Amino acid sequence: MVAFAEQFALVTLGLAILVAVVRLVKGPTLPDRVVAMDLMGALVVGFIVVLAAATRVRAALDAAIVIALIAFVATVAYATYIQRGHPE
Amino acid sequence: MTDVITALLWIVGSAFAFLAALGVLRMPDVFTRMQASTKASTLGLGCFLIGAALQFGDFVSIIRLVSIGAFIFLTTPVSAHVIARASYKADVPLWDGTVLDERRNAGATGAPADRSR
Repeated sequence: MVAFAEQFALVTLGLAILVAVVRLVKGPTLPDRVVAMDLMGALVVGFIVVLAAATRVRAALDAAIVIALIAFVATVAYATYIQRGHPE
Repeated sequence: MTDVITALLWIVGSAFAFLAALGVLRMPDVFTRMQASTKASTLGLGCFLIGAALQFGDFVSIIRLVSIGAFIFLTTPVSAHVIARASYKADVPLWDGTVLDERRNAGATGAPADRSR
């Protein structure tokens, strides 16, 4: 049961990351790309958490913490950049 | 029993995560995309974290999972607000079907709209 749920979650998260990459490539403005990147950060954190729980690798949780931190700082930095008047 | 709950939580969480990505792809402008991705991905990630905590079951892992959850739940609304504010001030076009832009209306009726940084 858990094995099936793990596979389902990993495949669905991979598809979701691909859909976010489509928006990252297409996005007409820079804020669209930043939103897609922020969502990809959250999806990668979920992917790592599921993988760590399925394979019992506790060290992977530290990687998830670091990725969540970097995604937040990157989003705030991009927002400051956009607000200074460089919309493209 | 915990296995069944974990499997249900992971399936529900992956459905929410996929809906968040679909919203980012299909919504018409930055602001609607931002709100779709923020809410749905936070809920999906919460489901993943609770399921993983049930699977691990030891103190060290649960502390880390709770700290991931607390960090995500605190920072996702902040980053969504910051990016929406920055894109409004950078004059990113709203969707054609937008019915209410309260900041611009406030500027028209006398209260100065602060569009300088």
